[in-house]
Amino acid sequence: MQTEITARYSNLSDKDTRSLISIFSAYTVCATLWLLFATGVGILMAFKFGAPEFGSGAWLTFGRLRPIHTNATFYGFASIGLVGLGYYVAARSSGAKLYSTALAWTGLVLFNVAALAGTIALDLGYNDGDLEYREWPWWIRLIFLAALLVTGWNLIGTVARRSSKDIYLSNWYILGGTLWTCIIAIVAIIPWYQYGLGQVAVSGFYMHNAVGMWFTPLALGVIYYSLPKLLNRPIYSYALGVFAFWTNLLFYPIIGAHHFEFSPLPWWLQTIAIVFSVAMLVPVWGGSSNFLLTMRGRTRDLIHSYPLMFIFVGVMSYLIGSTQGTLEAFRSLQQVWHLTNFTVGHSHLTMYGIIAFAIWGGIYALLPLATGKQASPLGMALHFWMALVGCFIYVASLSIGGTIQGLDWMHGLPFIQSVIDMQSYYVWRGVGGTLMFLSHVVFGWNVWRMCYGPGATASPLESLRAEEAVA
Amino acid sequence: MNKLALIVGGSTLVYAGLALLMGVLPGIELSRVPAGVGVEPLSTLEAQGREVYVANGCSYCHTQQVRPLDEDKVFGRPSAASDFKYQTPELLGSERTGPDLTNIGARQPSSVWQYIHLYDPRAVVPESIMPSFGWLFDVVDRAPPGVSPVPLPKAYAPAHGVVVPTREAEALIAYLAALKQPPWAASEAAGETVAAAGMGSPAPSANSTTPVGAASPASGYDASKGASLYAANCSACHQANGEGLPGAFPSLKGDAVVNKDDVTKHIQVVLNGLHGARVSGVVYGGVMPPFAATLSDTEVADIIDYERSSWGNNGKPVLAAQVAAERAKAP
Repeated sequence: MQTEITARYSNLSDKDTRSLISIFSAYTVCATLWLLFATGVGILMAFKFGAPEFGSGAWLTFGRLRPIHTNATFYGFASIGLVGLGYYVAARSSGAKLYSTALAWTGLVLFNVAALAGTIALDLGYNDGDLEYREWPWWIRLIFLAALLVTGWNLIGTVARRSSKDIYLSNWYILGGTLWTCIIAIVAIIPWYQYGLGQVAVSGFYMHNAVGMWFTPLALGVIYYSLPKLLNRPIYSYALGVFAFWTNLLFYPIIGAHHFEFSPLPWWLQTIAIVFSVAMLVPVWGGSSNFLLTMRGRTRDLIHSYPLMFIFVGVMSYLIGSTQGTLEAFRSLQQVWHLTNFTVGHSHLTMYGIIAFAIWGGIYALLPLATGKQASPLGMALHFWMALVGCFIYVASLSIGGTIQGLDWMHGLPFIQSVIDMQSYYVWRGVGGTLMFLSHVVFGWNVWRMCYGPGATASPLESLRAEEAVA
Repeated sequence: MNKLALIVGGSTLVYAGLALLMGVLPGIELSRVPAGVGVEPLSTLEAQGREVYVANGCSYCHTQQVRPLDEDKVFGRPSAASDFKYQTPELLGSERTGPDLTNIGARQPSSVWQYIHLYDPRAVVPESIMPSFGWLFDVVDRAPPGVSPVPLPKAYAPAHGVVVPTREAEALIAYLAALKQPPWAASEAAGETVAAAGMGSPAPSANSTTPVGAASPASGYDASKGASLYAANCSACHQANGEGLPGAFPSLKGDAVVNKDDVTKHIQVVLNGLHGARVSGVVYGGVMPPFAATLSDTEVADIIDYERSSWGNNGKPVLAAQVAAERAKAP
């Protein structure tokens, strides 16, 4: 199949190829800028836990920066980065040119306008409530929805142009994720069923689905394309990938209420959420074992290729982070960890460990193929190790600290004791966060090299590129 | 093309159905939960205060949900579905970097404390990591008529002039003062007990007092427990060193009531609170909350004994039985 696809791709006109490359590059550059901004804000907030007066005044107060950090990460960095990758994967795996270049550019403008307007609104204290990941005023979320619709339409049109009968698995995830997220966005915007406790129920649904039915499917789609490409070997089991696709679709939308355990939400709703949190082990273990089995016996290739290393960390985080999510949903453990910093550690293990690493792996794997320009191995090494070690310190410190916090409360200590006990863990979180941020600066340099740098070819990927050319 | 329709159309239809089932329908149903007895809409000023709370993201560090768990008893009775009728946007929150505020109006009724704490949290809680909200205050040469300046400790006050709250700060403090849980309705209690059954959570009688028998120690008291209870319930105002804040909260160090042999007054103040107190010739405008509903007799005795034996104080110790006797006298 690869041969056919490559042959077909080579039949595409130079102009089509060039426009796909510039779209992929532009999305990647925008995503990188949002990453630097969002994690810069993150660092500032991390410092505030040790020095609350650091960065004072209304515009830099923690409660305004917190949603700016999360929304810019989600809807600036991760969304734009994954859509850029999604376009490239959809076009290349379908052996077709993009349905519409103009729509792709329109989508990019809409994504950026939404993220920029959202950031400004939040900093001015203008929001639709402290509703996690949907704080932006509704009309800004409509702009984001428009970007999603444009993207979905364009992706469908592109895949419809494929000349083979099959639709490659990556496109299932990329198309599905984009369209499901349109529904999530609509459910979140319509106000008529969102009063009081009703809004709590919608929040539970939204906050988890916005993460797990948008970023996760697109990241998995990117891995399903990049991994076989990098290893020059087909995915271990196509059927297992399809199975994980449908089970993920059926189980994931039901688990949102586990964010509100012990709340006044109906007890049965919480219990169903816990049951399906366990069911999520099926698609998670299915998907991650499919990736790991694809990599089997290729350790030497793995340690010599940073794109593969990034994807490997993404897969391992998917396995560990999602399994951790299932365990966290049990009431006995939730009693210790709910409302503590353990949750913050978990969200970074998943959003950063899974999504960000998958995005980086995808970009390092595919952007050089598109532009013919390489990042330096040193740059990739610095990015990889600082991000990995930083994330490890971050997650470990908040997981330990969060556990202590929860135990302090259970032991009936004065509340302030839990604040005092967190102090050293907050410092370590800042250390981890600083390493993570520095790695993003290096990533920015790498992206610049891959998009605008000299057309150097010497790199560990050279052999892979050669293989692709002849495949 | 058929396959594309299956993946795109089929999966999206399935997802739309699940979104309806797990998001929209619970939303419709729960939006209709009626208000419980005593659950009232906010006043105009309080509603403005809630907007300040939302605009500045207070709920990223403060929850407004009390869980039916032992550890949450300090924050009030477990939240009930009927508490949320007028709470849109919802402010349940997902993190407790700071304490829960569901019942803060009852737990900390002193607006003086709230103003000082909002201006600079470390002026009253040295270990606090809450940001200061100085930008919700004005520094003026002289407070306008009818406005009392915030009685800040010297170390935290501006070099010149006095600090007065802006309209936003007034609204926010009014909102916090309005955050009081209405007493648990009997019908609610029945429903929640079923929900909480099987996980060893407390019966929702969190507000009723724990009866204490003759088990309390006849001599001495649990010093570490007393210190811990003092830190949790008293030191926000009276401070860890017992000296209070001049002009805002009276000192307990060397205080007459704390050192008097007659323990009645001391017990009564802790059980029933105090308002407009005159201590050593100074009149304090703040309000001290009553603790009768939240602390057991032994706990009150431990706190009082801690106060009576700390910071150079040398008052006669108190027994739980004496607290019980005073409690029985309560109006």
